[in-house]
Amino acid sequence: MHRMLHMEPSLCTGCLQCEMACSYEHEGEFNPARSRIRVFEFEHGRTSVPYTCTQCVEAWCMKACPTAAISVNTELGAKLVSPEACVGCKACVSACPFGTIEFNPVSGKVDKCDLCGGDPKCVSACPTDAITYVDAGASGVGRMQASAQQAAQGGAS
Amino acid sequence: MSWQGKILRVNLTSGEVTPEPLNMEWANDYIGERGLGTKYLWENMDPKADPMGPDNVLIFATGPLTGTSASTSGRYAVITKGPLTGAIACSNSGGKFGAELKYAGFDLLLVEGRSEKPVYLLIEGDEISLASADKIWGKTVWETDEWIKKQHHNPMLKIATIGIAGERGVRYAAVVNDLHRAAGRSGVGTVMGAKNLKAIAVRGTGGVRVKDPQRFMQVTDEMKNLLAKETGGLTKYGTNAMMDTMQEFGGLPTNNFQEVQFDGYDKIDAKAMLKTDDTGHTNLLTNKACFGCTIACGRIAHIRKDHFTIQNRKEYWHASGGLEYETAFAFGPVVGVDDIDACTFAGYLMNEHGMDPISFGVTLAAAMELYEMGVITTDDTDGVELNFGNAEALTVMAEKTGKQEGFGEILGMGSKLMCEKYGHPELSMTVKGQEFAGYDSRALQGMGLGYATGNRGACHLKHDTFEVDMDDQTGEGKAEPCKTSQDWTAAVDSSGLCMFTMGAWGAPEFAAQLDADSEGDWTAERLMESGERIWNLERMFNLAAGLTRADDTLPERLLKDPAPSGTAKGRVNELDRMLPEYYDLRGWNEAGEPTEDTLGRLGLS
Repeated sequence: MHRMLHMEPSLCTGCLQCEMACSYEHEGEFNPARSRIRVFEFEHGRTSVPYTCTQCVEAWCMKACPTAAISVNTELGAKLVSPEACVGCKACVSACPFGTIEFNPVSGKVDKCDLCGGDPKCVSACPTDAITYVDAGASGVGRMQASAQQAAQGGAS
Repeated sequence: MSWQGKILRVNLTSGEVTPEPLNMEWANDYIGERGLGTKYLWENMDPKADPMGPDNVLIFATGPLTGTSASTSGRYAVITKGPLTGAIACSNSGGKFGAELKYAGFDLLLVEGRSEKPVYLLIEGDEISLASADKIWGKTVWETDEWIKKQHHNPMLKIATIGIAGERGVRYAAVVNDLHRAAGRSGVGTVMGAKNLKAIAVRGTGGVRVKDPQRFMQVTDEMKNLLAKETGGLTKYGTNAMMDTMQEFGGLPTNNFQEVQFDGYDKIDAKAMLKTDDTGHTNLLTNKACFGCTIACGRIAHIRKDHFTIQNRKEYWHASGGLEYETAFAFGPVVGVDDIDACTFAGYLMNEHGMDPISFGVTLAAAMELYEMGVITTDDTDGVELNFGNAEALTVMAEKTGKQEGFGEILGMGSKLMCEKYGHPELSMTVKGQEFAGYDSRALQGMGLGYATGNRGACHLKHDTFEVDMDDQTGEGKAEPCKTSQDWTAAVDSSGLCMFTMGAWGAPEFAAQLDADSEGDWTAERLMESGERIWNLERMFNLAAGLTRADDTLPERLLKDPAPSGTAKGRVNELDRMLPEYYDLRGWNEAGEPTEDTLGRLGLS
């Protein structure tokens, strides 16, 4: 089954445990600036929104890379950066419409979400289930269900 | 290990910023944050210095666990000599600023001297500078936050700033970070303003590493699970769930502590915040976490658009920080107001202008009593009728105080000086000049002892006798839990974690996390001993500053006027009975000074 990271902003409290779990997994330290997942705040903190790479099927970053440093893990659907092949040209950074592949000035390479080999650490770190790892073919089901419930109660909006 | 090993000394007089190595010996003896900041303060200033002068030192300190994945790891503390009390001030805050400071490579900032002109400190990675604050002096907390981020094209900056209140000398001005988290109490923002330091903006991209990562991840995961089991109420209702408990118990200070129960409590309590009114409006929008916190007790609320406070002021139609128990108390029962929107708006104003809601509310309460006694009139109050229960008076005076206009200048003095000015010092509900929080010490005896002996004046956060106070309403057996919990709270406040975890974690749980985090063998016993050392060093600072046993007291209202209702009806606080026992347990002499033996035992000789 092809899975994806599913973000539910209404459940996010902005605690940043996901950012710490991600940076610990990839860098061995707690460092939100190096996290592949980021939480953004809007409206004076009313909304907190986690955001990371959506693992596009036809990935802009992969197409833009001149050294073929980005490859697909076909089992997970994850786009992976080879640090050996990456030359830090940042073409992928320009190409990505979502900003979810970032240059790391310390390593001189780019960082992006690799789905932690199929066990995303942000998911287990999230205390409110705002981030889940779900069947990519049924990613809308949760919201559809919530809307259906609203409709059933006569409060569809 | 989780220390960066570096502090930043900022001399505002000379304009120099100098990184220095962290004194690890002190970190080992004083844990971090509150304790470490106290040690740095002790070693860097004369306790007799004028709190508003250049010789006062202002410290921003993180703890060893700040910035790690331990739950509630976003804490930092501001330590200085306080302008309300003339005693040591230590004020703790969450949000994201503290962790960011650590990621920027600094465990602690030490600010000394005074800048000739207003400046702000900018720390962006390796680039550290003091920049002119000309364009933001006179701006609110929220405007300052926005301006600095735009000016440096960096939305990732985390900003701790004072508002107009801190610039203009309100004696209980706060340092507000991340828009609505605050080192709120004891006037730490007043000291920042007196130094002409408007703000500190930090962006850190470095990491924090711990001593034993595998063990750390395992222990902190276990602790998060334990916490989740115990703190569901805080997540759902926030701290304002306490309103109902205090009302029922009869410990809810009302109308400047003349009463201990408040009829309108259920219009401003946690349930009222969740209730949808007849127009479809619900006060509470969502809950909100500080950095690393898996509890998320913070409230985000909004005000009815047709409410008198904001109906013609669209700039306040947005969501913002909502009521917690202490703000609900300070804008509610103690001033007799039961209008949830007015209380919420007053809370916005505290964050926007940078003021301590507790000190403001309790000062306003004293002014209301003076007004009802006829000591002051509308001639003094800019024409505002200052009766208890007047919601408009609350919000108008909150704004006047924040901006230091009209009668707001008097309210900005704090309750003690204001009541002395009008010849009624007995109406000031303070200890050492700092206003009480929302617990009446006739109903809660140990709380009264904690208030009276509080090193920063009246404070509900530096000890925890809540359970024993609820079980028994005499002074018997309160000295020991007060002393022990003061020491323990000092340790918790020094760890980098939040004291709201204390219901789930005791000393062994804290020690297990700290031991996986930092060098040295951290045990429950060592934490408790460090807490006692910290408490005694704070006391030594106060004694050196000129405070005496006479300052360990409560207002006569709580010692002589019996509680008029509630479970403690007829009782007064039994401080005379508790205090000598407390000094004895502390190893202090009758003058309230630590004996040579006590100092020797704690390594403070």
